[in-house]
Amino acid sequence: MESVLGRYRNLTILVGVLFLQVLGLAVQVKRSADAENTRLIRIWAVGVITPFERGLIWVQNSSHNVWHNYFFLRGVRAENRELKAQIEQMRLEQVRLSEDAAQAHRLQQLLAFKEQFIAQTVPAQVIGSSGSDLSRSIYIDKGSNDGIAPDMAVITAGGIVGKVLRAYPSTSLVLLINDQTSGVGAMLEKSRLQGVLQGTANGEVVLQRVMNDEQVAVGDAVLSSGGDQIFPKGLPVGTVTKVGAGKEMFLRIQVKPAADLSRLEEVLVVTQKQERLAIAEGAGRVRAADILAQRLPSVPDKPAVAASAPSSGSASATTQQISTPGAKPVQATTGTTQSATVTKPSGSPLAGNNSASSSAVSAPNAPAPPAAGALKKVVQKSSGEPGVNADSESAVRSQDGSAATSLSPPSNSAPSNSATSAVKPPVKQSKPASSEPVPQPPAAEDSPH
Amino acid sequence: MPITYTSGEQIEVYRFSIPVTVGVPVLALFLQSFVPRRFPYFSYLDLPLLVTIFFAMARRNPISGLFTGAAIGLAQDMLGAYPIGIYGIAKTVVGYLASSLGAKLDVENAGARLLVTLGFYLVHAAVYFTVARGMVSLTLDWSWSRGILAGLANGFVGVGLYFVLDKFKQRT
Repeated sequence: MESVLGRYRNLTILVGVLFLQVLGLAVQVKRSADAENTRLIRIWAVGVITPFERGLIWVQNSSHNVWHNYFFLRGVRAENRELKAQIEQMRLEQVRLSEDAAQAHRLQQLLAFKEQFIAQTVPAQVIGSSGSDLSRSIYIDKGSNDGIAPDMAVITAGGIVGKVLRAYPSTSLVLLINDQTSGVGAMLEKSRLQGVLQGTANGEVVLQRVMNDEQVAVGDAVLSSGGDQIFPKGLPVGTVTKVGAGKEMFLRIQVKPAADLSRLEEVLVVTQKQERLAIAEGAGRVRAADILAQRLPSVPDKPAVAASAPSSGSASATTQQISTPGAKPVQATTGTTQSATVTKPSGSPLAGNNSASSSAVSAPNAPAPPAAGALKKVVQKSSGEPGVNADSESAVRSQDGSAATSLSPPSNSAPSNSATSAVKPPVKQSKPASSEPVPQPPAAEDSPH
Repeated sequence: MPITYTSGEQIEVYRFSIPVTVGVPVLALFLQSFVPRRFPYFSYLDLPLLVTIFFAMARRNPISGLFTGAAIGLAQDMLGAYPIGIYGIAKTVVGYLASSLGAKLDVENAGARLLVTLGFYLVHAAVYFTVARGMVSLTLDWSWSRGILAGLANGFVGVGLYFVLDKFKQRT
């Protein structure tokens, strides 16, 4: 036996070393659920290599900062002017988009949808990579000491990057989305078709599990679907670059990642996500139409005539009246302004709960309707208070949402004003016996801006 | 004639100082981890494999070669995302074969080194894929075009690298 071992000494040692490594590998595979079983030796290796990387990155950034902060400032003024102009344009666009978003939130709230928000992120710098073309992963300079934990999403402003695979005290290993073992729940933006995003041997990214009878076009945007419980829904993933037949009955959709995975420098780690019911954020929003209305000239007050006209309270006001049951619903629309009357039962929640409407009532000496009575809601457009606009909006929404509501001119009160002069309410019927001073909205401020 | 068969007595065996023995593999691991961040195509190279082949062929001792390969491969595994041991096994085999080959053949000239490096790159890839797919169940795909190109790239870089590392050889 000894002679055999002696004769094949080299081979025996080779087999022994290989056996030990296979054994170690088998133990790791068996305990794959516990990813921490090799943590200590990995920390040693990372601890040897990453300090050099950090040092080099520091030197590199320092020289870069010196160049960009002191020598590369030519054209900054012109660029500043251009950026300011862009900001103006984007502000207007933001107003429009925020209105759309508020509408979407309202709809989500109606359907009790839950939303996921990125509540907290940690910026990190890429300091290294796995260095192999067979596994695509990077090292970042933030670790468990900074709140990083495995399975956290890693993103850039461009799109998703990957997920944290292992978190060491001061560094973390991030598995990129083009690694062959990664999987991301993704969907096509237009068609909302869902699939699984995976990497290939060549480092490409492919959207799989989309049936081959679906229509997918080159250039379609791909977003995260949120199905993997790692990436919040709706983050940009990439764009479709090639569509072909795949295995079995699925398409092979090649995707160009939105983030440049080969040249990553700074990333954001999503350390906290929040899931909550959608909240309609219409209150407090300023609509684009309101901004334009403030900037346009408007009709001035008629202070003297106001006394004779019943409740000629608001000059440039949109008046809504919630009348009692039995009021005749007639639609009345002026040229530029609407006088809307919501016909509701007195005990309706709208009549009872709308404190904003109650506070805005200006119906002096009008015959008091039963219960909540005739509530006249004066929306002071000129005040510029967003809350008022929101009240108006909510009232209109309630009005639209109820089958019993209708637009009608006031029957027992007179919301006539200069702005709604096209409405011809029965003034004599609704005129109160005495004309008390009507609370005036700040119409004087309604001067052209 | 790129490869010549020589007897054991004719082949010179080299050794290296401890700083070179430790520093060169660590430097290779560092460069392999750091450089692809700036130059993505650098990841097609496998500097730790080239260092393994060089040390194994220079020492011409199978036991020394397999331990060198095992150590470098395991260190490379520790920096990667996959279980530890895949690179270790592959580089152990390469280290053993390279030192065994170095003991029988004189591979000092550039052409021989290019062919040997290409061959060992493919052996390394074959062992790696076998272990990764057979033991770890990784869904890795092999691409012949990429494999041959990467092998040639490693071969050319290896020729230059071996020329530099030859300066650190010490005769026994």
